[in-house]
Amino acid sequence: MKIKKAIGLALGILLTAGIIAGCGGEDKKAAKEEAKEFLNVSYDPTRELYAEFNKEFTKVWKHHSGKDMTFSQSNGGSGKQARSVIEGLEADVVTLALAYDVDEIAQAGLIKGEWLKKFPNNSAPYTSTIVFLVRKGNPKNIKDWDDLIKDGVGVITPNPKTSGGARWNYLAAWEFARRKYGDDNQAKEFVKKLFGNVVVLDSGARGSTTSFTQRGQGDVLLAWENEALITLKDSPDYEIVIPSISILAEPSVAVVDEVVDKKGTREVAEAYINYLYDPAGQEIAAKNFYRPRNKEVFEKYKSQFPDLKLFTIDDAFGGWTKAQKEHFADGGTFDQIYTK
Amino acid sequence: MRKVIPGFPFTLGLTMFYLSIILLLPLAAFVFFAGGMGWEKFVAKATEWRIVHGYIISFACALSAALINSVFGLILAWTLVRYDFPGKRVMDGLIDLPFALPTAVAGIALTTLYTENGWLGQFFYAIGVPTAFSAVGITIALIFVGIPFVTRSVQPVLKDLDRQTEEAAMLLGASKWLTFQKIIFPELVSPLLTGFALAFARGIGEYGSVVFIAGNKPFETEIAPLLIMTELEQFDYQAAAAVAIVMLSISFISLLAINGYQRYRIGRRGV
Amino acid sequence: MSEKTVKYFLIFVGALFLFTMLILPLTLVAFEAFAKGYDAYIAAISEPFSQKALYLTIEATIIAVVLNTAFGLASAWLLTKYDFSGKTVLGSLIDLPFAISPVVAGLFFIMLFGRLSPFYPILSEYEIAVVFAVPGIILATIFVTFPFITRELVPIMETQGRAEEEAAATMGASGFTIFRKVTLPNIKWGLLYGIILCAARAMGEFGAVSVVSGHIRGKTNTLPLHIEILYNEYNFTASFAVASILVFLAIIILVLRNAVEWRAERSGKYGL
Repeated sequence: MKIKKAIGLALGILLTAGIIAGCGGEDKKAAKEEAKEFLNVSYDPTRELYAEFNKEFTKVWKHHSGKDMTFSQSNGGSGKQARSVIEGLEADVVTLALAYDVDEIAQAGLIKGEWLKKFPNNSAPYTSTIVFLVRKGNPKNIKDWDDLIKDGVGVITPNPKTSGGARWNYLAAWEFARRKYGDDNQAKEFVKKLFGNVVVLDSGARGSTTSFTQRGQGDVLLAWENEALITLKDSPDYEIVIPSISILAEPSVAVVDEVVDKKGTREVAEAYINYLYDPAGQEIAAKNFYRPRNKEVFEKYKSQFPDLKLFTIDDAFGGWTKAQKEHFADGGTFDQIYTK
Repeated sequence: MRKVIPGFPFTLGLTMFYLSIILLLPLAAFVFFAGGMGWEKFVAKATEWRIVHGYIISFACALSAALINSVFGLILAWTLVRYDFPGKRVMDGLIDLPFALPTAVAGIALTTLYTENGWLGQFFYAIGVPTAFSAVGITIALIFVGIPFVTRSVQPVLKDLDRQTEEAAMLLGASKWLTFQKIIFPELVSPLLTGFALAFARGIGEYGSVVFIAGNKPFETEIAPLLIMTELEQFDYQAAAAVAIVMLSISFISLLAINGYQRYRIGRRGV
Repeated sequence: MSEKTVKYFLIFVGALFLFTMLILPLTLVAFEAFAKGYDAYIAAISEPFSQKALYLTIEATIIAVVLNTAFGLASAWLLTKYDFSGKTVLGSLIDLPFAISPVVAGLFFIMLFGRLSPFYPILSEYEIAVVFAVPGIILATIFVTFPFITRELVPIMETQGRAEEEAAATMGASGFTIFRKVTLPNIKWGLLYGIILCAARAMGEFGAVSVVSGHIRGKTNTLPLHIEILYNEYNFTASFAVASILVFLAIIILVLRNAVEWRAERSGKYGL
């Protein structure tokens, strides 16, 4: 009996050792050489942008340093991506939907110092805003934010708790109502009505677009301007409606200090982000429907970016930390509007 | 007590070891991590009305789906084992497919089918049953992911069932139905319960397919796994863990109850 | 009701259920996969990222199935051939992965091996990457599929009782011989079903793998994750085309199973 017990245990240990050895082996090999892999962890709608940017930057970096490096990207919901980085996904740079998510990474100790000031324009090389996408001919005659609360208008937006883009939607609607009706209470009533009209509350921006276009749900989609423009490019069945006022969305970029110091990739990471500000990088952003910061590039692509009144989160809500706490944290206004 | 059949220490050792590595150690890490939150926060979070509503939706839909799967799973297993008909092999093979299809694909395909203008949805909407973006939709997704459990639990038992008792009963003049009720069904209770429990437990935790068809509206069609994701998106690991631990405990208790009941039945029948 | 009526009624009900719940969704996948024609389909499935994702999926599936089969046989034997205290708890523990939301399962491994884990400094020291790397994907796959084989085997072994094994044991046969000569022939169908379920589920697993993967294209992307990426790129045709690979793989496994069954039945070696 004793011998059998021993054999049983030994087999079990062998099994586990096998798993771990199998795992450890291959990864050790990769890590001992000089880092050749570079990872940009980004949010959902930047897939096409960074696919193009990485291709371009591979050449630029080869030219500059003579080294071959593979630039990979990972996309997903902004919050989820930030969490993966906190949990150990080795991102050299993050390019996320909102400053709050980068703040969380900084708070976990991965990014040091005032990252917001490290690069120009609040570390946001390109911007976007929130617009409406409606069906061809605008059958429900939607012109501005207050048309969204009318009876019988089906609204599609992602859930602000799980999607970065949706938080911009929510805050834009809030600020519109506050300016129009006067105070925060009225604004809360307004967004409550608006979310009462929501037909499907997807967890991410891309899911919402699909619900609107592929499933034919709802009459109006609250979307990133760049997402709306991509959709329009592929299909003539929709129209963009520009509201009277919207929010200036500033997607943030940052170098992840802990990772670049470990991998020795600080130089390339900083070059990567600086290239986003370079006219060539700005042009790639503009081609992918992000509003470039560079004035000349913006002028060149002006026709695709309509004029509208934009406010910033700092002016209207006193920054992301405050906005997050008041509106989206547990018990915040978003929770309140759903509590009957 | 002496074990007649050799191999007890070996199988016990191997089972416990594997279980520890794959299940218990990660589970312990998780509970340890969540443990930092303290009892009060745990209770406050776990009993928040929106979250409780999430459990209710998850459990109600998983229960209906598991019941429906039990009925149809039994019928399928029976037809596949006892009858010969053209296309039987194909039908048999199809049953496992829901597993191979990633839940997200299943969710997308089902949503397309069951929305108002989908191939099947149009009929349901016509009779006033909203099959997408409702609790019905969630149940449909859970039926899909649970199809194989009951059939595959019942099938092998039915196949290996001793036909002699059954034939004897028929010879003695019992009707087919009576034979089924008294001779066959009692043998199938154990696999049926197993299949039911598995389909139920799987349904409670299912996320990938459900999010597409649910609509995800708070207090209406928000399932508990989605709430876990929501908490995580806010970087609140402990709140997520609180919700997860409650769900896990309830599922574990239901599995324990069903397994315990089976032990009791076997003990009583003196197998 | 005559016996025939019952038979056809039951077949009809079963078929109808399968048709609405299963065949239609699968048809839709095929329909969408070929929506842009055959060439687009071939282009989508032969793209290098799809191929890499396919290899990773196969790798994870094979490892998970082999390990889980060994475990499944041992634990089913343990649960049915012996009486010991704590048996019900053990059985329920084995079922637990079914009750754990795959998303949470992924989180388990993140907590154990990720940056927030107390072991992270050690792992990092030896440069062992578990989560956001291939090992994590394999572990997550093993986790979600490990009850399958046990669960398939226990009801069968329970129905069969212990008499045969006990007889063999009193005649002095060793545990392994009993297993091979007495038990295995009796449970082979259940084992086969279990392996198939396990393999199918391992291939299709999405939730848990999604949490531990990091979604790096060409590296930690399995087929289900790749499908999601394509879908989120509004590349619906490609995404369904890749999904159809999984359906196809599942069909291959099923054909193999049928072939094995058929041969066994014909040779009459283990005649039922």
